[in-house]
Amino acid sequence: MLENAWLIPLIPALTFWGILALGGRIGHQGVWLGIGGVASSFVLSLVAAVEWIGLGEGREAVSRHLTWWQLGEAEIGVGTHIDGLAVMMLVVVTFVSLMVHVYSTGYMHGDRRYVYFFAALSLFTASMLMLVVADNTLQLLIGWELVGLCSFMLIGHWWEEGANSSAAIKAFITTRTGDVGLLLGVTTLFFAAGQNFGIENLNRMAIAGEIRHGVLLAGAALLFLGVMGKSAQFPLHVWLPDAMAGPTPVSALIHAATMVVAGVYLVARLFGVFFAAFSIDAGGVNLVAIIGAITVLIAAALAFVQDDIKKVLAYSTVSQLGYMVMALGVGAWTAAVFHLFTHAFFKALLFLGSGSLIHAVHSNNMSEMGGLRKPMPTTYWTFMLGSVALAGIFPLAGFWSKDEILNGALAGGFPLMVAVGMVGAFMTAAYMTRACYLIFAGEYRGHGHPHESPPSMAWPLRILAVPAAVAGLLNAPGIGKFGEWVAFEVAGAGEIVEHHAFNPSLALLSLAIALSGIGVAAGVYFRNTWPRGAMAGSPALQLGHKVLVNKYYLDNLYIDGIIRTIQYPLAKAAYWFNQKVIDGVVNAFGIAARAAGNVVYEQVDQKVIDGIVNGAGLSAEEGGAILRRTQTGRVQQYAAYLFGAAALGAAALVYFT
Amino acid sequence: MLLNQFLLLSAVLFCLGVYGVLARKNAVLVLMSIELMLNAVNINLVAFGALHDAVAGQVFALFVITIAAAEVGVGLAIVLLIFRNRASIDLDEVDLMKG
Repeated sequence: MLENAWLIPLIPALTFWGILALGGRIGHQGVWLGIGGVASSFVLSLVAAVEWIGLGEGREAVSRHLTWWQLGEAEIGVGTHIDGLAVMMLVVVTFVSLMVHVYSTGYMHGDRRYVYFFAALSLFTASMLMLVVADNTLQLLIGWELVGLCSFMLIGHWWEEGANSSAAIKAFITTRTGDVGLLLGVTTLFFAAGQNFGIENLNRMAIAGEIRHGVLLAGAALLFLGVMGKSAQFPLHVWLPDAMAGPTPVSALIHAATMVVAGVYLVARLFGVFFAAFSIDAGGVNLVAIIGAITVLIAAALAFVQDDIKKVLAYSTVSQLGYMVMALGVGAWTAAVFHLFTHAFFKALLFLGSGSLIHAVHSNNMSEMGGLRKPMPTTYWTFMLGSVALAGIFPLAGFWSKDEILNGALAGGFPLMVAVGMVGAFMTAAYMTRACYLIFAGEYRGHGHPHESPPSMAWPLRILAVPAAVAGLLNAPGIGKFGEWVAFEVAGAGEIVEHHAFNPSLALLSLAIALSGIGVAAGVYFRNTWPRGAMAGSPALQLGHKVLVNKYYLDNLYIDGIIRTIQYPLAKAAYWFNQKVIDGVVNAFGIAARAAGNVVYEQVDQKVIDGIVNGAGLSAEEGGAILRRTQTGRVQQYAAYLFGAAALGAAALVYFT
Repeated sequence: MLLNQFLLLSAVLFCLGVYGVLARKNAVLVLMSIELMLNAVNINLVAFGALHDAVAGQVFALFVITIAAAEVGVGLAIVLLIFRNRASIDLDEVDLMKG
């Protein structure tokens, strides 16, 4: 299967076309085609994973490449490069996608575009898988853009409501802004690597120092711009909370577990480039780490003031993505990838759980929830498990991955990032406690009759709870071998990232911080201790709250500040140019042609040509009038002509013989 | 020996006839002038016959006389019809073919 990994993206692509083509005929059964496709991809991914693990210690990546066409030195083709990272991503993407597919049969039941939804999910899965197995940056770019398109399609699934299509456009445009950087970065690195798109080659050349540092840095920075857009890093994170306008299964699949991690995956894949460009091993604070750190904090702060459960989870996702990016920035490659792995499970679990809640109370807002522990037991314990995993409590998944990030930051010599990570962990635990309190404790504040979700929705929750709980053990020191299976190697240089030993004191410290986060939040909400009501008395806190509620006024900056000031004058100038200059030229041509036509008509056609034609007629008429006078009708005249001619003839006869 | 005189007479008569054909308004006079022309031709023929001692000239003149007689008959018939239709035989008035 490692050799034939190209099958894994192909099957969902075929089911996409199949559902579109056969949709009319098979109707709702198209759903099973989609599920079947993803399920078979999942099985194949598991087979690939088992094979990869079975390769043993000296495992090497398996590559296959098919050249599409060649232009001089540049070669364009498709291929698969299967190593530990790719196998991990294959399993994660297909598993979460399968859970979302099954969940959607319940959640999207009776939807206006039920089967089309599954076609879009299949297309997304196929695109993400193609991105993940890519062996060259061009293929990665194509997969990247395709998942962006699918995100747009799926966020705007209920596009009849204006807010949804606006959110879809915002998502697309914001990621597109980042994609400018991505495209430029891919091009820069293409030329820097001697007109070669290959990823392995690029990493090798970067580490070996064959690319000039300035070019490498420019390429890496440009690529990172794309990462900022796709993985919702500050300041391009604004689209992710708005993307919650899409259906919840979409949020779970795309905006929690898979698409948004495409940026993190890009950095992880091309880590050789980033490592060399930003000199990560030297321990200097670099762009990647800074942006990641900022994102962790600002998103976690925003999660505190949200009423919409999905927005809380969205900001939580942004914050966790910040963790992953920060981890990559400090050189903790395995930690970042492992956090990606675990985060996919518990975040998808949380989102699907929130979907279950939304389905039950018919509202996204936590102000209309409350006291849902009794009516919805499965949702309750899976959501709680996911929250605890996210908060990073031993022995659940989040603890191990988050701790490894902090460990990597500390060992790499980035104390600032360690501090940021700790504060972020505290805030994460706190806002999740707030969310759980608002949802499950107290009295029900809504108007409906909440009940547990149907099995099609409940079973994915239960199944996802398993990896959310135990996946962390895969990288636990002494127990798991994740670090061996998924390692970053550069051809010729081996492993460039260090593996740091488990640091028990740091782990205990982070656990303590997470528990204190839960404790403080529990105190505030459950026991009504001091900070509650403090806002009413303090203008500074009120101002802070206002800033948070307005999302740091970033949206206003983007829309009014940047877009409007550029768009309106530009539009007016373009309009003026079009009306006066371009239309002026076109009209001038028209007027000149008309005038020329008139001249030709009056002078040439009427006077000259008609003159000739009329003249011919006139002369014939005049000639006829003149010659007519010989026809007198008088016989004697004719006889005179006759005799005259005869006389002349006789004279000629006489004189010339 | 006397040939030139006969030919001269013939020519004079012929020219008189031509003048009459061209210049007379009366249709009957035109016919008479045609007869004159024909008789002039007869004199010519007979003169040349006498010159060569051949009877052919006289024979030809006999033919001409016969033809002239027939022609005058037809011509007069036409003139008569013109007179019946127009009450005039002025040839200047017969210009129906005027273009």
